[in-house]
Amino acid sequence: MNMLTRRLIIAATASFVLVGQAVAQEKSIVVASTTSTQDSGLFGHLLPMFKAKTGIDVKVVAQGTGQALDTARRGDADVVFVHAKPAEEKFVAEGFGVKRHPVMYNDFVLIGPKSDPAGIKGSNDIVAALGTIKAKSADFISRGDKSGTHQAELNLWKVAGVDIAKDRGPWYKEIGQGMGAALNTASASNAYVLADRGTWLSFKNRGDLVIAVEGDKRLFNQYGVMLVNPEKHPSVKKDLGQQFIDWLVSSEGQRAIADYRINGEQLFYPNASDSGA
Amino acid sequence: MTQDVTALQLVLSGDPALFAIVRLSLYVSLSAVALAALIGIPLGAWIALTKFPGRQGVIVLLNALMGLPPVVVGLAVYLMLSRSGPLGAFGLLFTPGAMIVAQTVLVTPIIAALARQTIEDLWIEYRDELSAMNLGPLGRVAALIWDARFSLVTALLAGFGRAAAEVGAIIIVGGNIEGFTRTMTTAIALETSKGDLPLAVGLGLVLIAIVIAVNALAWTARRAGERLAG
Repeated sequence: MNMLTRRLIIAATASFVLVGQAVAQEKSIVVASTTSTQDSGLFGHLLPMFKAKTGIDVKVVAQGTGQALDTARRGDADVVFVHAKPAEEKFVAEGFGVKRHPVMYNDFVLIGPKSDPAGIKGSNDIVAALGTIKAKSADFISRGDKSGTHQAELNLWKVAGVDIAKDRGPWYKEIGQGMGAALNTASASNAYVLADRGTWLSFKNRGDLVIAVEGDKRLFNQYGVMLVNPEKHPSVKKDLGQQFIDWLVSSEGQRAIADYRINGEQLFYPNASDSGA
Repeated sequence: MTQDVTALQLVLSGDPALFAIVRLSLYVSLSAVALAALIGIPLGAWIALTKFPGRQGVIVLLNALMGLPPVVVGLAVYLMLSRSGPLGAFGLLFTPGAMIVAQTVLVTPIIAALARQTIEDLWIEYRDELSAMNLGPLGRVAALIWDARFSLVTALLAGFGRAAAEVGAIIIVGGNIEGFTRTMTTAIALETSKGDLPLAVGLGLVLIAIVIAVNALAWTARRAGERLAG
């Protein structure tokens, strides 16, 4: 390698580092969040308001809840905004999160084909419905990606008395992808799938899919937000991250969440004041 | 991007978000190709002209690395650049810089392997003349790279095609952050997951058009260069 080439490579490497630092000096934070908050359009609604008020750029990396928590564990995010309370409490107990704040909730819905092969449409008993799907071996798509929705689904099978690891058959397909991909797969194969209501309402490729089961208390879906612990990862932007959390749970942020609608339908219900949520 | 629009409307209305995405895609992929050329062409030339033990093995390995799975490269670069990884202090993860690093890793073997083949063929053809010119090893490498410059454009285009088309690596190390690390391919993946298949297909067509335009530009430049060089 000649001298010129070597110099060019060094210059190029140096410029990456400079780009990295310039970016780090901007007023911005990285939020690891879920596909449901992004795909539903909630962040597109909230972030411009937050930026106008504080000047802080929020960079959202949308992953499943499990992956988002892992990203934060590695110190690659400043704030996590997810929906799986037991996993969040574990994250805080391990010392990776400072404190968990409840933010809002919506609910899960069981989506299925119009033809309703399991005959469960209109029911509001999710546990009985899952039992019927299993008994009739109706096609079911599972996220299979440790996301909040996947964890909720596994828990519902357990409540329904189905040991899905053992009782599953060819009718149960784990796709290991996000909510949108799971809905696309269900739409293409006329299968049932558990979805969060926000993603469902904003989803466009519905085909013959409709809501089969809704309104069961066990379909409750709580979202929480946490600052990544700066004691574990000194690179965490503590003050900027905390400002974002404070805004989300403030009356202004809570009102902004309640105001987000698609076709007149409210997607998320703020409940930061409910300390038990 | 706003809802209920087609990609054609975005292009025709000069949607600023779409143009920012196109600009970032080109910036990332062209930077990666430039860096990979700086590393890959001298490396390929060196392997073409040098005899060393295990050379056949290195050539097989280099050719095999042309098929590096992007998702594996993305994961490896992610682990390196993560705050918990060895290069975490640079804070590069989830930035365009991280995407350039990942694509450079993907593209370098392609350019190096194709450059090696091109230059070795030339070397076999002109070995006697070049030996007679008494250039020394570096001079020989430089003379051969210069002679092969038009053929090497194809190697660069192969590298660019790979970089512009891949989504697996940059979605992991870039995070697909709106307005910051969202490229054409990650935007297509996102619109697909939102179920907006017409917009996803439309963006795909825009991407293909861009890749064709870049290739046409390179081809024109190559033809003009060949004419000038006689």
